[in-house]
Amino acid sequence: MMAAARVPAGNLVSFGLAALVVAIVPWVLPPYISFELAYAGAYAIAILGLIILTGINGQISLGHGAFMAVGGYTVAIAITRAGWPPEAAMLLAAVLCALFGGVVGVVALRLSGAYLALATFALAVSVAPILKRFKDLTGGAQGLTFPAAHAPGPLAGVLDSERWLYYESWLIVGVLFAASWFALQGRLGRALRALRDNEIAAVSFGINPFVYKSLAFAWSAAYAGIAGALIASATAYVSPDTYALNLSITLLIGAVLGGLGSMWGAIIGGIVVEFLPLWAQTINTAASSLIYGISLILVMIAMPGGIAGAVRRVALIITRPQSEGQLERS
Amino acid sequence: MFKHRPILLAVLVPIVALGIVAGSLGRAAADAPGVTPTEILLGGTHPYSGPASAYGVIGKGIAAYFAYVNDRGGVNGRKITYKDMDDGYNPAQTVQLVKGMVEQDHVFAFFNTLGTPPNLAIRQYLNDQKIPQLFISTGATTWGADYAKYPWTLGFNLDYQAEAIIFGKDIVAHQPNAKIAILYQNDDFGQDYVTGLQKGLGAKASQIVKMASYEVTDPDVRSQMATLQGSGADTVVIAATPKFAVGAMVALSQLSWKGTTYLSNVSASQTMMHAATAAGGGEATTDGIISDAYTLDPTNVSLANTPGMKLYRDILAKYGPGLDPNNGFVLYGMAAAYTMVDALQKAGKDLTRDKLMDAALHLNEKNPFLWPGVELTTSPADHFTIREEQLERYDKGLWVPVGSVIDARK
Repeated sequence: MMAAARVPAGNLVSFGLAALVVAIVPWVLPPYISFELAYAGAYAIAILGLIILTGINGQISLGHGAFMAVGGYTVAIAITRAGWPPEAAMLLAAVLCALFGGVVGVVALRLSGAYLALATFALAVSVAPILKRFKDLTGGAQGLTFPAAHAPGPLAGVLDSERWLYYESWLIVGVLFAASWFALQGRLGRALRALRDNEIAAVSFGINPFVYKSLAFAWSAAYAGIAGALIASATAYVSPDTYALNLSITLLIGAVLGGLGSMWGAIIGGIVVEFLPLWAQTINTAASSLIYGISLILVMIAMPGGIAGAVRRVALIITRPQSEGQLERS
Repeated sequence: MFKHRPILLAVLVPIVALGIVAGSLGRAAADAPGVTPTEILLGGTHPYSGPASAYGVIGKGIAAYFAYVNDRGGVNGRKITYKDMDDGYNPAQTVQLVKGMVEQDHVFAFFNTLGTPPNLAIRQYLNDQKIPQLFISTGATTWGADYAKYPWTLGFNLDYQAEAIIFGKDIVAHQPNAKIAILYQNDDFGQDYVTGLQKGLGAKASQIVKMASYEVTDPDVRSQMATLQGSGADTVVIAATPKFAVGAMVALSQLSWKGTTYLSNVSASQTMMHAATAAGGGEATTDGIISDAYTLDPTNVSLANTPGMKLYRDILAKYGPGLDPNNGFVLYGMAAAYTMVDALQKAGKDLTRDKLMDAALHLNEKNPFLWPGVELTTSPADHFTIREEQLERYDKGLWVPVGSVIDARK
């Protein structure tokens, strides 16, 4: 109750509106777009994890694709080898990735900046060879195929596979967003930000960097694991190529493009990394990566704070016509 | 929020109802989506970006051949439109593109989607929907072997097992007392090779005296080659991707090894043979190596005057002016496109997916872009599209055919 009282009305309204739009979308758009949006939701979750780690705690990661791979393979292995239901497998993926992320976080304590970027990049690089080596478990280069996800119980009659994946993905987006928002309101959020802004000052205030920095890594990795699990579940197939090297970089692009300073940036980033390459193809299939790259550069030049940052600036100008004058005075 | 609830329901209910109605209407549509009196719409995916983008030119070779066919009146009066998309060799991307092409573009069939992982990711979905997934660009054995479970899927490439079966048969025929060693990549590609070689050798499989594997992350294969040489083998089979195959040839030369070497087709391009010759210090490195081919090879001068090569170069000059005619991938794309057109032609004027599948399973064609004498045959009981190939020996910088075409089936 105390926490709920602190939620500003504006946030509640925007959250409610967003939820409404999310609920209606699959009934007005064709199923394949719901399917693509399920992937966008998964990317949004992974990017949210990255925003918590990089934007709020100031630790960089070029290896989040590795956590997504662990999440995806956990689901695939639990379903194919142990016959688990996909939902339970997803939970296991989150737990395993949190543990894995915590371990990486402890190692990361000794590194920062470019060194941390390189160390995490090494994680991403090692994914494919490791998966191929443990062929009996992972299916090697050919990967693992499993039955497509479908809505459980009575829902199966109402929701086809595409819409079910969509709702599953965006329901998890909603829950994780709310959870992160509340968690970052209090002491935890302040501690993470303080460590980012000035670690020595933070430590002198009694913040334990060992605990909070490895916690941020574990938290962030758990989100990436859930995202990887959702992608595996939507594709009904995993292979090393699903979690290729460029995935980690794509996530960072999404975080920067959406806006590292805002949680809404994760949703925007997720939608952008899902749909920008698809859109680029409609212009020219053979030069899609070129168009993708040019669009990225243009957005970064025009909106250095990411799209979420730009939207906030515009909203500020619209809602407060005199704000420029006020800002000048302050 | 509550006072808006009736309005909300009033909006939502019709939308939901419409959605359900539209969904059921979609399922009841004609059994030949993507076919109009003037057009056949085919879908495909190739990696135009990402680590496997070298294969992208296959799609361009296909497009050139379809343009050529369309200019000559198309297939049974219909022009082929090929919607080829870039999946970056990422199976998660392939699934999304394929669903979009099915639901939005209503493609009639998929053709030559590239790569084993991307095709595995879409196989179940396309078979559930009863949409043909034809002449796909991968050498895995599963496409031909698992047809009972996936009757709408058909491969194109000569599979790796068949290639190794043919090596095995050749060894039995020409060196029945050979002591055999094999170097293989430790993944599905390499395993398929080992299995195929054992099948081809049959009762002589016990003459394999040593096997050594490598990982794609290994720096080189020198120690493996030394082990193989130490086993006393007189015949070595190299089932390796280009970088390691070159290393293996060079290592054998440096070990002054004398014997017969068989080399997997994926590593037998002129570029790689030249690289091995240069790194090994002369023609002795590569002379006498045996490999195989099932499509024409644009870099092989002895084929330059075959009708297939002439047609290939003529089509490229007019419909693919920016493409490198010496790139074997372009020719491969054209060979696959020829087979697709053949199947569409045989499916007849009254085109349905069932008829296309039936035609694709009764092929017996002389594809001009395949090695002269290699026949492409399918039947309802045999979903391996190409199972024949020509053995060739490397001689002073050129591949020279040895003997006649061998069929892995017989």
